[in-house]
Amino acid sequence: MRERLSAPMSVAIDLVPSRAPGSLYLRIGGAIVALYVTIAVIGPIIAPYSADEQDLLAALDPPSLAHLFGTDSLGRDVLSRVIIGTRFTLTATFVSVGAALIAGIALGVAAGYLEGRIAAAIAGFIDLLLTIPSLVLAIAIASVIGAGLFGLILAISITFVPPMARLVRGCVLELKSADYVEAARAIGTSDLGIMRRHILPNALTVIIVEASLAAGQAVLVAAALGFLGLGVQPPAPEWGTMLGAGREYMQRAPYLVLCPGVAISLLILGFNLLGDGLRDRFDPRSG
Amino acid sequence: MLRFIAARVLRIVPILAGVVTIVFLIFQLVPGDPAVLMAGPMATEEQIAALRHAVGLDQPVYLQYWHHLAGLFTGNFGYSLTYKGSPLGEILARLPATLALAATAISLTVFLGIPAGILAALNRDRAADYAISFSVVALLAMPNFWLGLVLISVFSVDLGWLPSFGFEGWRSVIMPALALAARLIALVARLTRGVMIEELRKDYVRTARAKGLPFRTVVLRHVLRNALIPTMTVIGLQIGYLLGGSIVIERLFAWPGIGDLLINAVGLRDYNLIEAITVLFTVCFLLINLLVDILYIAVNPRLRHA
Repeated sequence: MRERLSAPMSVAIDLVPSRAPGSLYLRIGGAIVALYVTIAVIGPIIAPYSADEQDLLAALDPPSLAHLFGTDSLGRDVLSRVIIGTRFTLTATFVSVGAALIAGIALGVAAGYLEGRIAAAIAGFIDLLLTIPSLVLAIAIASVIGAGLFGLILAISITFVPPMARLVRGCVLELKSADYVEAARAIGTSDLGIMRRHILPNALTVIIVEASLAAGQAVLVAAALGFLGLGVQPPAPEWGTMLGAGREYMQRAPYLVLCPGVAISLLILGFNLLGDGLRDRFDPRSG
Repeated sequence: MLRFIAARVLRIVPILAGVVTIVFLIFQLVPGDPAVLMAGPMATEEQIAALRHAVGLDQPVYLQYWHHLAGLFTGNFGYSLTYKGSPLGEILARLPATLALAATAISLTVFLGIPAGILAALNRDRAADYAISFSVVALLAMPNFWLGLVLISVFSVDLGWLPSFGFEGWRSVIMPALALAARLIALVARLTRGVMIEELRKDYVRTARAKGLPFRTVVLRHVLRNALIPTMTVIGLQIGYLLGGSIVIERLFAWPGIGDLLINAVGLRDYNLIEAITVLFTVCFLLINLLVDILYIAVNPRLRHA
């Protein structure tokens, strides 16, 4: 504290802008994601109505005190459905990004650390998958597995593995030739030991940043597949599915698409800010 | 230059063969009997058998695979349930609409994203910069189809200025292209801003200013040229996003393109058509990237002899 007071003004001013955005993004992004997780857990308790409580007399009612964001074509409360629907999106996001992370790290480490034909084959396979536009691949997979939460999670996970694997492979290739890895190998550390103790921990920051940005993308893909009718099926209150249903009532009830859209955008914003903030924190040069 | 292009085109062939293989394998994972699923719950045994024969599902797997691979060169994508035959005619008829949408979106990206980035860089830490940076963060968080819904709500429902769906002349393309390009515009603006700020600090800028060139000339003739190179890379990398995004946008605006066809095919379980379109999108991705690479060399003479 005393040191900072005695430091020249210019230093203090220099320090603030270079550090503030990162930690500010980190805090805002973290707070948004934490808020969504809380809503996902306690959603049914705080929602004013249940997700499928119909009131046909109140169908397509505009926003009012009874229904803050109006009602849909079956008279269901839009706000309650959005609150309760948080679970679907967050489950799909966390499970699919988690699965993609595990598979991506395994494949990326294998392609980067091993040598010879197996590594080349894995790297070639990853590059091939990367040439198929990711949403096209996700739609193809969802069409094979069938619509629903499981198909959605599988489609997102498989689509997200190749970019993650390529990133990890790049990190491993770079770290493999680092002096301390050479040193560890020279004193007889096993391949597995080098991987676990030296390479993975150093690649971890890059992986965490990527995972956070991938989570934002996963929210986007889940909503897009829902909108196309390939995600979680109605009457489940999934945001993308709700937007797809609301599209038909654009003339009479444009507010139907407002609440789910804002919910999706804010969550993506949270993950994006979290990812950007983490990157600034871990690697100030890239800011 | 010609040799470079020829070499790159030749390299696409094995990649496509690999992609066809992967897509073929994915569609082998259809749970249950594809013919039963395709025929629907009302079909009789004879109808299912006829369909199985028409689609070629009664052939051994290696032969089916061979037909898919050969389809790359012959344009024979197999029997489509929807069109009771080869879907090639329908695909070719719809391709221009998708390419027109993608081309308009890329133009919007170039003509809105790059100037916005330059404006932000030249007004660093002033109101214009903050406004642009804030818009970038907001646009990157909005799903393109939701942005499309908001545009429809404002410009079609409230103001009645633009048609909300279909394909009726140039006014129809504005909203779909804008919704599709929004994310790319934001990415390009952010990147151009960053690169411009970095380039403006470099020695050659000071030299050019010192020999009396006006600031405007330095920016337009020197800085911009260098700043455009990474921008083009990003546009090339985002082509995949653009093609994937066009599927959702086409669905939203009832745009008669390939993406709309794909979702129809998914609804009807027309597996051959889904496979064909998946491969077609990959072909588009590879060809547009090739085009970006060629432009890249045209803009950056340093790469010409590499």
